Amino acid sequence: MSGTVELLNRTLAAARAEDRAALVGYLPAGFPTVADGVATAVAMIEGGCDIVEIGLPHSDPVLDGPVIQTADDIALRGGVRIVDVLRTVGEVHAATGAPVLCMTYWNPVDRYGAERFAADLAEAGGAGCILPDLPVEESGAWRAAAERHGLATVFVVAPSSRDERLATITAAGSGFVYAASLMGVTGTRASVGASAEDLVRRTRATTDLPVCVGLGVSNATQAAEVAAFADGVIVGSAFVKRLLDAPDTASGIEAARHLAGELAAGVRKRG
Amino acid sequence: MATDNDFFIPDPEGLIPTPAGYFGAYGGKFIPEALVAAVDEVAAEYEKAKADPAFAAELADLLVNYTGRPSALTEVPRFAEHAGGARVFLKREDLNHTGSHKINNVLGQALLTRRMGKTRVIAETGAGQHGVATATACALFGLECTVYMGEIDTERQALNVARMRMLGAEVVAVKSGSRTLKDAINEAFRDWVANVESTHYLFGTVAGPHPFPALVRDFHRVIGVEARRQLLERAGRLPDAVCACVGGGSNAIGIFHAFLPDEDVRLVGLEAAGHGVASGEHAATLTAGDPGILHGSRSYVLQDEDGQITEPYSISAGLDYPGIGPEHSYLKDVGRAEYRPVTDDEAMQALRLLSRTEGIIPAIESAHALAGALQLGKELGPEGLILINLSGRGDKDMDTAARYFGLYEANAVVEEDAK
Repeated sequence: MSGTVELLNRTLAAARAEDRAALVGYLPAGFPTVADGVATAVAMIEGGCDIVEIGLPHSDPVLDGPVIQTADDIALRGGVRIVDVLRTVGEVHAATGAPVLCMTYWNPVDRYGAERFAADLAEAGGAGCILPDLPVEESGAWRAAAERHGLATVFVVAPSSRDERLATITAAGSGFVYAASLMGVTGTRASVGASAEDLVRRTRATTDLPVCVGLGVSNATQAAEVAAFADGVIVGSAFVKRLLDAPDTASGIEAARHLAGELAAGVRKRG
Repeated sequence: MATDNDFFIPDPEGLIPTPAGYFGAYGGKFIPEALVAAVDEVAAEYEKAKADPAFAAELADLLVNYTGRPSALTEVPRFAEHAGGARVFLKREDLNHTGSHKINNVLGQALLTRRMGKTRVIAETGAGQHGVATATACALFGLECTVYMGEIDTERQALNVARMRMLGAEVVAVKSGSRTLKDAINEAFRDWVANVESTHYLFGTVAGPHPFPALVRDFHRVIGVEARRQLLERAGRLPDAVCACVGGGSNAIGIFHAFLPDEDVRLVGLEAAGHGVASGEHAATLTAGDPGILHGSRSYVLQDEDGQITEPYSISAGLDYPGIGPEHSYLKDVGRAEYRPVTDDEAMQALRLLSRTEGIIPAIESAHALAGALQLGKELGPEGLILINLSGRGDKDMDTAARYFGLYEANAVVEEDAK
């Protein structure tokens, strides 16, 4: 079975055709449990997410703020394994038909084997991978495997990326470009900041790939702000926080579904 | 007397690392895009500094007149009686200002920080020695300083926390993960990603993304350069073995490097085996780990089959780390250096032995090297000549040692098991 990069491309193209930004949700697998994680991700898509990223919880989430660290910790203490992450990708895709990516630190993939991971992610129906600590210079073997198995490789760009480097990164990437709008780790923020718009503009100058903005968006107003200049809005910590703050899992899942609905309305109010 | 050039000699062979930062299969730069520009800036500034005689001169001046280099070489005959009668010399990095080898690298990077125009420095610390050295340099240079330290380490190295605060640094107790050095580094990286424009991450060991493994090594190379010359003067020959403890591996690389071309000199790194490698409670990365990626480079790592980093353990906060600098992984694989495990108990016995026989209380980290040398001396016999890097002094460890040996009890007597 081949990966679903084409489905990802079509989904982003459809949002563009509707003159709106796509809504991309993030949730770590195994949080709060593997089954409830699947149910939450499905609810996020039903509520309005166009695309979901399933995180592979890591012992050392160096790029994540306290909210996702807490979720990763809960998932790992619950015994989540790579096979559970792949199963989550598969079940969420099967239940919704939506494109599902995996977001992971590089060491688990390196350890599992890049070729084996790409094959198994494709087999599960995955659309691609985001590998935030794998720089483009070190990504050759992974990209070859991803291409063989019909998976996108989504690279992250940052406000500190120089124009020349942006061109190198976007030339190597596929699916979309992940613009990390603020310098910093994941987490919700009060304001989204002006550097994001400048980064999107500079990135677009180098590529036709859609540019989705992540890090910091937590409500419909911010989603609309970002949707005014980006092809997609990525939201992670705000979903995780809904689950962490809920009195029980069932209401947490409904809160995540509700948030997806609010954000989906936000990405349709661009300009 | 040392010449100025001794204080700053980049890898004279110029072979490793490669321009991409590889020592054989190890090293590289596995970092988020948000840090690429900052890490490249450090590398570029370091290249410029290497070519600038004024940089070498300023560093040499600091190392002589502030740190107190060259550090002494002390022969320890009463200790050596327990090492199979081999001759044993200690390279006294414990006598440096701030009490360990860490100041060598810190002063070099503080000068780089100033050259880059950055005003804030962050650092990780395990035992607190790198944190104290960093806080010291920041006081000296008028830089803002934040040190991340695992919560467990802030408790077992409380004296060093107080020293850092006295020097004006903010000390942040890190409560995530295993609450030790690994987690302190995670938190420092998070800070750096968020504050990269104003802040230099003054990395404390020969790990991390390129150029840190080479840069930190170069600043510590002075240890081996001095020791090699001192030993040739005093003993008339090169040692049979050079012993050093390895956590991240900075003091070991510092003393090993000048001996790399001396093929007959064995380079022996001593890892923290905690309660024993078989117990699973250890930090013996090269003995029990596999290649993987942690904190920005490929090297040996303690990890499970899913690539999750496993929590290390050692009585020594400075060695309690599940990774190791990439050059050590390279030296292990090519067989130029050997790495052996030393348990908590072996290290503590060696700490007591050196204290009782020579009047030198070593850091628990350095005591691992002493324990390894005791064993190695027995293997070499009376003709043997061993050089040990005494990387730090034990003042910071008195609370741990007092609890271990029961020194807080009324009428406490430290029994001497080695007569």
